[in-house]
Amino acid sequence: MTFARVRSILGILTLVGLTAGLYLGLIWAPPDAYQGQVQRIMYVHVPTAWVAYLAFLVVFIFSILYLWRGSETFDQVAYASAEVGVVFTGLTILAGSIWGKPTWGVWWTWDARLTTTAILFLIYVGYLMLRSFVEDRSRGARYAAVLGIVGFLDIPIVHKSVEWWRTLHQAPSVMRPEGATVAPPMLFTLLVSVAAFTLLYLYLLSQRLHLERLDAEILERSREG
Amino acid sequence: MNRGMVRFLVGAAVIVAAVAYLIWGGVQEAIVYFYTPSELQAQGDLALGKRLRLGGMVEAGSLTKDPETLTIKFRVTDGTASVPVRFTGIPPDLFTEGKGAVVEGTWTPEGVFRSDLIMAKHSEEYHPPAEGEKAPSPKALYRSLLKEEGS
Repeated sequence: MTFARVRSILGILTLVGLTAGLYLGLIWAPPDAYQGQVQRIMYVHVPTAWVAYLAFLVVFIFSILYLWRGSETFDQVAYASAEVGVVFTGLTILAGSIWGKPTWGVWWTWDARLTTTAILFLIYVGYLMLRSFVEDRSRGARYAAVLGIVGFLDIPIVHKSVEWWRTLHQAPSVMRPEGATVAPPMLFTLLVSVAAFTLLYLYLLSQRLHLERLDAEILERSREG
Repeated sequence: MNRGMVRFLVGAAVIVAAVAYLIWGGVQEAIVYFYTPSELQAQGDLALGKRLRLGGMVEAGSLTKDPETLTIKFRVTDGTASVPVRFTGIPPDLFTEGKGAVVEGTWTPEGVFRSDLIMAKHSEEYHPPAEGEKAPSPKALYRSLLKEEGS
């Protein structure tokens, strides 16, 4: 199967998944007894946070592979994934903020979860800056790889922050040892949504990778020509 | 040093400064995000005059509202100690007795916590309303966004 074919299949699957997620999240799932309709923001907020974690995990792994093996492909994957990760961290903060106002009463507060997430966002904005400003591509890639590896340390801190410290943000509902504290229809909707957003991540990553390759090809040809 | 490099260094300095500020300022604040009523009482006079947060459960039966002055009085408890709170303004819609709340304000010599910001803390449990029970209407939840409408 060609890469172009993989990309279009991913695109179709993403479309189907997101449509199903929209239907389940907006129509099929019941509203929350306490929060009401606003709780439905969870079906966007949790998947975007998951994608951000996943994207930065990919940056971490591919940065190690790049430093170890030196193959440009590894670096391209890390770069593409970092871009998607930054977008999704931003979306997580945005959706969380929209959820926060009607439930907590504030758009933002400096609790440990929100503060460590803001730091996560800045670390990877720094990563992208490093990549676009260092003119020597392979040098920029090596610096960025180091930041991509070190920056990943913030992910477990973000995730554990609600258990380690007192926060306004609630504790995990799904990834907890005693089992999920979400009613079955809501959990099902959430899992479908997480799956759909994972497909969206893969789709965006593959498209970004494709662009990166075209870019490299153009550079190659302009050198030859 | 070329212009690109200068721009990069300025940008990098801004990011590094922001992260450093968040780590030293933000995280230190975030680690003790709120005090419990027991901790606040144990601090006594040391806690006076500083802006801080108090967190716990809104004690059942302690909530009184004065619609004329928009003053709300209640007690925040952690099970062992409870602190009286006086708040003026509009609380979030999910703020109610028997639920968690974090209030921002100052501890006064009279032993009352004066607050100007209430944040409702919701739990990590999500479930549909029980048979016959109605979920809060969307309008009730959006009221805090559309303040003019409620007045």
